Amino acid sequence: MNTTEKKRGGWSWWYLLFVIQFAVALWPPFYNKAEPYLFGIPFFYWFQMLWVIVSAVFTAIVYFAVKE
Amino acid sequence: MQELNWVALIIFILLFGFITWLGFAAARWRRGDLDQLHEWGLGGRRFGTVVTWFLVGGDVYTAYTFIAVPALAFGAGAVAFFAVPYTIIIYPLMFLIFRRLWNVCHKHGYMTAGDFVKGRFGNRWLALAVCITGIVATMPYIALQLVGLQVVIGAMGISGNGLMADLPLLIAFVILAAFTYSSGLRAPASIAIVKDILIYITAFAAVIVIPYQLGGFGKIFASVPAEKLLLAVPGPESTGAYSAYATLALGSAFALFLYPHSLTGILSASSGKVIRRNAAMLPGYTFMLGLLALFGFFAIASGVNKLPEYAAGFKHFGNNFAVPALLLHSFPSWFAGVAFAAIGIGALVPAAIMSIAAANLYTRNVHREFINKNPTDKQESQVAKWTSLIVKLGALIFILFVPTKYAIQLQLLGGIWIIQTLPPVILGAYTRWFNSWALLIGWAVGTFAGTSMAIAVKIANTYPLHVGDHTFPAYAAVYSVLLNLLVAIVLTPVFNALSADKTRVDQTVASDYQA
Repeated sequence: MNTTEKKRGGWSWWYLLFVIQFAVALWPPFYNKAEPYLFGIPFFYWFQMLWVIVSAVFTAIVYFAVKE
Repeated sequence: MQELNWVALIIFILLFGFITWLGFAAARWRRGDLDQLHEWGLGGRRFGTVVTWFLVGGDVYTAYTFIAVPALAFGAGAVAFFAVPYTIIIYPLMFLIFRRLWNVCHKHGYMTAGDFVKGRFGNRWLALAVCITGIVATMPYIALQLVGLQVVIGAMGISGNGLMADLPLLIAFVILAAFTYSSGLRAPASIAIVKDILIYITAFAAVIVIPYQLGGFGKIFASVPAEKLLLAVPGPESTGAYSAYATLALGSAFALFLYPHSLTGILSASSGKVIRRNAAMLPGYTFMLGLLALFGFFAIASGVNKLPEYAAGFKHFGNNFAVPALLLHSFPSWFAGVAFAAIGIGALVPAAIMSIAAANLYTRNVHREFINKNPTDKQESQVAKWTSLIVKLGALIFILFVPTKYAIQLQLLGGIWIIQTLPPVILGAYTRWFNSWALLIGWAVGTFAGTSMAIAVKIANTYPLHVGDHTFPAYAAVYSVLLNLLVAIVLTPVFNALSADKTRVDQTVASDYQA
């Protein structure tokens, strides 16, 4: 119980999800390709759209995992 | 220009009439004493999760965004999609950093970034620099919202000479000014809800109907020229389009929440929980922005720029006409009217919030600090209301008399200027290690360097830094704020040794930043 108490306002390992979110979003070589297509949409576009959803899920996980 | 589109115009006017009524009625919503600045300028800090979602959404995703991002995709291709990683990474920043700022501002009743910097560092000149930067960066942003409005008004076939051509814009402006004056932040907060419902309807209808009309996404992307489809792969001696893309996203993300209107939206939230929740929910807008960016490709595939009926529009508004032309081409007039109303109302919401934010800054960090130290509540809110009018009038005059391209260039520069407030505002939320004079000099150096870089490349976004044989093109805001930070770090021990800062008191304590 006291572990959440100690984390208050400080670092939480759950924030690593944010680091992943940043690293992928800011590394264009990773997604700058046309293949594979999805419904005719090049990877560059559908992957970044997918990453929006993944990032929102990550943020929601952090919201529930890190209590204030 | 094409003929007057009566059906679209009538729908547009009806929806505008509705939000005008709503804007005035908002004064009575969650009623508060509008003669107090925090009621007028922050909605009494009472907005819950849902209203904050719409309000911050209205801040980030403006009419100009809806016009300019697809226009960039239409003209330049893949690079326009930087708006997606940009609006992905803003939310962790909101979750962590602006959550802290909300706490400390709530605790001490701070209403602006200038208030916070003054309280934290006790240096009113540093606060003044933050305040002026905020106002100057916001003005061209407001002007660009009016450009968004101009484009959709033009798309409905309203044209003319002199005053007649500008009349619709003037009417919209008067509406905006009047409801902002009377209702404060409650007006854009309530109108944002209508605007977003209309935008979502438009975006989803378009993303289903238009690909169907054009024969599917496969055909659409096949019609996009290869050099626009992906970022150019950089050569061996340059980081090329990759570093430009990533730094544009990163720099824009840090700049965004430093803009006064973003902070106004965040500070009007009723609790820190509201902010954290919104960080998880706001990416809903990012997804929609990604869809909207694809409209640029829809426009390429539909070939609207080659159709004679839109030639005049493209001639007048350039690529910014791509989305309106696409909507006119693909939808019946009544639906085009709904979509144009969505964009037009989407201009009024951020313009209102921006002018309120600028007014809060002037009132708190210039007027109260340097002119009238002990205003009554009523005097203070009155100053803010008048300032909001003056700020908007300035933007209007700018749009009517200065070519649009200067507003766009100034807005690009605005991003470079506003990010220079990162060290005192964002780092200030974590540490008071910095000397306030060192921060002030860092700010000045960063502003000068960033502006010079932008001018050196004729006001483009990215500056190609040459190191030896290598080139690192990146957003000038990122380079200049790093220089700013370096100066502040180097000068802090120097100024501390000169003991120039020892007597300054930090109003805040560590626990103020936590829940």
